[in-house]
Amino acid sequence: MKWDEFFVTGDPLIYGAMVSIVLVSLAILFGLTYYKKWGYLWREWLTTVDHKKIGVMYIICALLMLFRGGVDALLMRAQTAAPEMKFLDAQHYNEIFTTHGVIMILFMAMPFIFGLMNVIVPLQIGARDVAFPKLNAISFWLFFAGAMLFNISFIIGGSPDAGWSAYFPLASIEFSPTVGNNYYSLSLQISGIGTLLTGVNFIVTILKMRAPGMTLMRMPMFTWSVLITCLIIIFAFPVLTIALLLMMFDRLFGSQFFTMANGGMDMLWANLFWVWGHPEVYIVILPAFGIFSEIISTFARKNLYGYTSMVMSMVVISALSFLVWAHHFYTMGQGAMVNGFFSITTMAIAVPTGVKIFNWLFTLHKGRISFTTPMLYSLAFIPIFTIGGVTGVMLAMASADYQYHNTMFLVAHFHYVLIPGAVFAVIAGFHYWFPKVFGFRLNERLGKMAFWFIAISFNVTFFPMFFLGLQGMTRRTYTYSEETGFGPLNLLSMIGAIGLAIGFILLVYNIYWSTRYQPRDKTGDPWDARALEWSTPSPVPVYNFAVTPKVKGRDAFWFAKKNNEPLSDEKITKIHMPSNTGKPFVLGVAFFFLGFFLVFSWWTPSIIAGIAVLIILATMSFERDHGYYIPAEEIVQTEQKLRGDTV
Amino acid sequence: MKIDATQPLEYGTEENRNRIFGFWLFLGAEIALFATLFTVYFVLVNRYASGPSGAEIFELTPVLLETFLLLTSSFTIGLAIHAMRLGLKKQTMMFIVITLLLGAAFLGIEIYEFFTYVHEGLTLSTSAFASSLFTLLGTHGAHVAFGLLWGSVILIQLKKHGLDHSTANKSFIFSLYWHFLDVVWIFIFSFVYLKGLM
Ligand code: HEM
Ligand SMILES: [Cu+2]
Repeated sequence: MKWDEFFVTGDPLIYGAMVSIVLVSLAILFGLTYYKKWGYLWREWLTTVDHKKIGVMYIICALLMLFRGGVDALLMRAQTAAPEMKFLDAQHYNEIFTTHGVIMILFMAMPFIFGLMNVIVPLQIGARDVAFPKLNAISFWLFFAGAMLFNISFIIGGSPDAGWSAYFPLASIEFSPTVGNNYYSLSLQISGIGTLLTGVNFIVTILKMRAPGMTLMRMPMFTWSVLITCLIIIFAFPVLTIALLLMMFDRLFGSQFFTMANGGMDMLWANLFWVWGHPEVYIVILPAFGIFSEIISTFARKNLYGYTSMVMSMVVISALSFLVWAHHFYTMGQGAMVNGFFSITTMAIAVPTGVKIFNWLFTLHKGRISFTTPMLYSLAFIPIFTIGGVTGVMLAMASADYQYHNTMFLVAHFHYVLIPGAVFAVIAGFHYWFPKVFGFRLNERLGKMAFWFIAISFNVTFFPMFFLGLQGMTRRTYTYSEETGFGPLNLLSMIGAIGLAIGFILLVYNIYWSTRYQPRDKTGDPWDARALEWSTPSPVPVYNFAVTPKVKGRDAFWFAKKNNEPLSDEKITKIHMPSNTGKPFVLGVAFFFLGFFLVFSWWTPSIIAGIAVLIILATMSFERDHGYYIPAEEIVQTEQKLRGDTV
Repeated sequence: MKIDATQPLEYGTEENRNRIFGFWLFLGAEIALFATLFTVYFVLVNRYASGPSGAEIFELTPVLLETFLLLTSSFTIGLAIHAMRLGLKKQTMMFIVITLLLGAAFLGIEIYEFFTYVHEGLTLSTSAFASSLFTLLGTHGAHVAFGLLWGSVILIQLKKHGLDHSTANKSFIFSLYWHFLDVVWIFIFSFVYLKGLM
């Protein structure tokens, strides 16, 4: 391979991106050296096993990826804003819609959710950390390695260009000869392993580490949603692992799984992909439901209506989510019986989803509602998501889907579920739990401004797409002629996209502004909330709870506040903590290089990197580390300092 | 670290119990993984294009030998855990060594099998059937190979530290893994080889 093939050349946009990447990296290196922060970075972040810090790192990455994916989106909208635009060529457009989809779902929504669950779940169940803190760090660094690998593709070698669903035969080496889809299979593989390990970790944490008295049916709804999500992960992600493995074999070693000759079967890919892919959309939406449940009940000042049915509906959704995958390819010829079956199961999902919507409405009913920023997102979610769900049921009717399939109508549908669902939820959760982690709230006025920008612009951007789809505009087309008449609505959509961008910029500005000017919160419970995480001081000390709380019912903290009872009457004793380790980080680096070398089929370096991975795993196994203790006096002092009173 | 003396060593601490439970969950994911591979194999089994089919290349003798070796190794790893429960360090290590040797022999025959397949004109790229066969067997074989490394690492630790909460826990989890590989092999033996030979 020649050097001019190695780097992507010839496009001014990409040169611009290269220059800015180099400049930003230099600035970071310089800043770290100038302010002597290397040691701090290594000790406090790169080697941390603290679930709160790992959560924060996930969220920072997710925000960066939101930016990257957002730029992709703006480029796409700019290209389609008017007929016959010459802004991007077809190949570039293909790469951008592919990376947009992959990044937004796998490197933005998922890590954002993982970040929130890392920070909050141990606190909600009264635990000191997750069950396996080191494994948790490994999960994070594998995700990070995968994300970085995916992101460098657009300057080194070229990005994947066959859509986020990478259908064969298009994604095969024959029709996508660049290394782009190698990046796809390897980066998702690496971060997918991290995801699977997170799934295992959190199931054990939730099932085995709850504070005394917290029975399953007393758990906060967010924790419930995470538990069920992790179960889906355990059964869905191995399917992706295999699908990506076979894809890699087809592309790198000439196997014949999805080829058009020698017995290969391209539809096998579509099936494997969606057997994972549909559960995946529920992996991002169920925790979102959990977040909304927490926020709605907090700001309606009522307990959650229909707790049991909330749990049951999630269980039903998780089971059904494995039985609907073929609705993504009704048109690919599997016959009326099969389509009929999947049509019915798909529509059935709307039932438990509807149950949840009504439960939220009943929770709001007669509540004393305070319209905070997180609450605004939650309230807006309900009607917008309902539009997404109803259009989903329209798509679920197999015969009608022949009309809608792969048009902008479909694009509108899934943005109407994913944005109010996943994105509003993580932003709402971000505003809601921000004071817990950093000790001050984000500014409400700026927060609400960003909310209105985002909520309105979202509808301006995506509502027109329903009509574009019905008029016959197919998805993933990079341009169209004047006569089609698609121009005006696409222009409207572009205007909305700009509004969305402004909204997100406001959101980030709010973080900056609030860090400088917001008053600090001494109470640890600025929203007057209900679950255990609010009983700790903010920012939460490393050990989380000075003494393990005792739980007597649902909304334990709320009732402890109301009845003026302490959550525990035990004395503070020394606390055992796991020690930091740099190995997970090093493992992530090794995996990154392993993936990178495989992308380019550089076998000797790949083998060396593979051996490095094994050696690191072995040294981890040999390590005998028993952690350390925080003495009782130190805990008493910390608690006094953070709360400004005695415990 | 709170130690519960009423429990066997490997279950003795809360962390140990969590690890074992976590590993069971991981095995759940492994089941999903192999289930997917089997599904792929069954979908593609009759798509051998112009290459040989299963019936043409499978031979019972080496496969029976492999089965015998792996089943025996599952028995010996059971004996290792039995010895561990009795607190016999040397016997535990000895049975793990035997297990690993049997595993290595299994792997040797499997690699030899692969060579004969290639020799008879069945390579990864011959047909969809060939790809799925090699991938299914190869994934299982790679698990065995990883197990050999993992087992050796545990042996060294047993030698260094004797039987304690940490090493006992690791040995036990390793035994779960090894039994699991055995179960997968039984499925491969019955549904790939025996069915293929019919
Ligand atoms: C009431 C519930 C839902 C129903 C009945 C439903 C139905 C459908 C159907 C039938 C399709 C395929 C349409 C086609 O390709 O022609 C589809 C696509 C899609 N749905 Fe939904 N859906 C629902 C909820 C959701 C949720 C909650 C999410 C995510 C959070 C979601 C995300 C997606 C995505 C991402 C796609 C398109 C994937 C692609 O082709 O790139 N859906 N939905
Ligand atoms: Cu779906």
